[in-house]
Amino acid sequence: MSALIRDRHLVEDDYASLADDAPLPPAGKVIVSLERWSAERETLERSGLTIGVRIPNTADLAEVWPQLCDRPLIEVQFPAFGDGRAYSQARLLRERYGFNGELRASGAAVVIDQAAQLSRCGVNAFVLRADQRAEAFLEALQRAAETAWYQHPSGAPLPLHARRRATV
Amino acid sequence: MYRYDQYDQRLVDQRVAEFRDQTRRYLAGELPDDEFRPLRLRNGLYIQRFAPMLRISVPYGLLSSKQLRMLAHIARTYDKGYGHFTTRQNIQFNWPRLEQVPDILADLARVEMHAIQTSGNCIRNITTDHLAGVAGDELVDPRPYCELTRQWATFHPEFNWLPRKFKIAFSASTTDRAATQVHDIGVHIVRDATGALGYSIYVGGGLGRMPMLAHRIREFLPEADLLSYLEAILRVYNRLGRRDNIHRARIKILVKDKGPAKFAEMVEAEWAQIDRAAFALTAEDLERMKAHFTPHPYDPQAAADNSFDTALANDSAFAAFVRRNLREHRAPGYKAVFVSLKAPDIAPGDITAAQMDLVADLAERYSFGEVRATHDQNLVLTDVQQKDVYTVWQTLRAAGLATPNIGLLTDLICCPGLDFCSLANAGSIGVAAEINDRFDSLDHLYDIGEIKIKMSGCMNGCGHHSVGHIGILGVDKKGEEWYQVTLGGSAENDASLGDRTGPSFSRDEIADAVERIVEVYLERRRDDDETFLQCYRRIGMAPFKERLYAEETAA
Repeated sequence: MSALIRDRHLVEDDYASLADDAPLPPAGKVIVSLERWSAERETLERSGLTIGVRIPNTADLAEVWPQLCDRPLIEVQFPAFGDGRAYSQARLLRERYGFNGELRASGAAVVIDQAAQLSRCGVNAFVLRADQRAEAFLEALQRAAETAWYQHPSGAPLPLHARRRATV
Repeated sequence: MYRYDQYDQRLVDQRVAEFRDQTRRYLAGELPDDEFRPLRLRNGLYIQRFAPMLRISVPYGLLSSKQLRMLAHIARTYDKGYGHFTTRQNIQFNWPRLEQVPDILADLARVEMHAIQTSGNCIRNITTDHLAGVAGDELVDPRPYCELTRQWATFHPEFNWLPRKFKIAFSASTTDRAATQVHDIGVHIVRDATGALGYSIYVGGGLGRMPMLAHRIREFLPEADLLSYLEAILRVYNRLGRRDNIHRARIKILVKDKGPAKFAEMVEAEWAQIDRAAFALTAEDLERMKAHFTPHPYDPQAAADNSFDTALANDSAFAAFVRRNLREHRAPGYKAVFVSLKAPDIAPGDITAAQMDLVADLAERYSFGEVRATHDQNLVLTDVQQKDVYTVWQTLRAAGLATPNIGLLTDLICCPGLDFCSLANAGSIGVAAEINDRFDSLDHLYDIGEIKIKMSGCMNGCGHHSVGHIGILGVDKKGEEWYQVTLGGSAENDASLGDRTGPSFSRDEIADAVERIVEVYLERRRDDDETFLQCYRRIGMAPFKERLYAEETAA
């Protein structure tokens, strides 16, 4: 079972990730695919469940955002270690669409070596890949938060050029 | 030149620590090979045919004497005593040991250098004109814009895992000396009709197996908006660039598939939604960056010197050097002096540790402590007083660095080829040496004049063969090395891709083929002033083809 890190803490995952053909549980929190959410939205909304949505990394947010805007959780996916498409989705969700719920990342790239980039693009919850050590991942997040980067994606403190303006 | 502040230094130091940890985890078996690979590539480390190859970033080709001495130290301490300058103004070492790379990076960090993003599917080193700041045909110095872009691109969290590598080049002069039209993004710094400074943006150029020239997608972008516009281009590419086929993953394929007009529309639509104000370069940001690249304190009396002209009149070897290896400088009495890394007996772009030290000393004594690496794999001391040129030449000559062949046939561009590179199909260094032998008479070379031979050992095109006046591409045919030849390519303002002559040539035939091509040119040119490229464009392929394949047809 993969560990979940949320807001820089190792936590129990309170969401169940549902396959498209899995029956709905009677209560609780679930994550469904965008496809299922689109197809069964009315049923799902009536179910009384708390529902997050997992989106493919090819989804165009300009199209699907209206379906997602009231969700408490959106999961972006990294199907391969080197496939960085969901980085753009993460930033767009935070910066363009103002999403402020849980932005969760899952998949092959949720590793220590990409922790800084994920968090800097606005991801705040991480489904660690099974072989990753949670403590090392938390340390990487800590280092990323303490670093003055050149860029200033979502939630980050001032970008460097602005800091430099301030120090002159 | 740009100097690190505490923030720059900390970022580089952190990367050294991070890479040390990644190397340790890899050697301990905690990091799988297929994941260490892209991570080490993002730090310039390839595993090559014989050993790792480490590519070190030289932002826009600019080095201080101190940095060059450190490169010499690295060559001596961790390598076999030499390094290799590349066509993207970087330097590579071919023999470092994997376990020692973190130490090399730590040494580099001490002189404000690194290997960050010199490989991998991310934004690579930003390149520009090697005569930036001294060229007479320059609108403004492009280097402050390059440095701003370098910082924007360094550890960009969104664009570190792109479909494929991404190269950006700047030009701010009438003559494009940075091959901008064969880059993923070429930025031309221009003025609009009102005199306002800004940029023309070209996208989708590239070499490799499908060479293409870039398309201009925006005629004028205001000066303040550079970074938000780059952000828009990169975002469109990161989202929509192909990832299913490595050979179709460069942005040039996306631009081609969508069509340049449609692609431009997509970028504009993305840009319209970006918070431009957050990215806008303020006058203060630009001034602060420009202050790093102010002109050197030139001696106003420099032009009063007579010794240069005297030496020119009295020493024909010096005159040959001056004719080929000097370029005019904006300041009266100063010259840009090219250091040729194309001596007949060495691989193009190679330089020994002792030579690096010597160039560093010359730079310190005669050229304000700076030296530049050029896109053509040479070095240049850009700010030498004319009274010192003779001494500089003598020193360079004694070290084998004064071959007077800049821009001539033997000043050819060449990748490391089969001798070092695990990707190569064919050797390139040996062929370069043989071509050198054929044309070793300097008088003959001068007679031939400006001609750019560019050679790559494989389709990846590191030697830019597609834009060589004569391009040579190594191919593998049933385990043998063969060479395809193209004519008429150019990477300058009149950029064009070369045309294939026909069937490829064997290793034994290739130097002959080059010689025949040159013969046809010498016979058919209108006069001494018509360059090879002009001549080819006038007379076309037929006469060359005829000569090249004549015997074959006869036989």
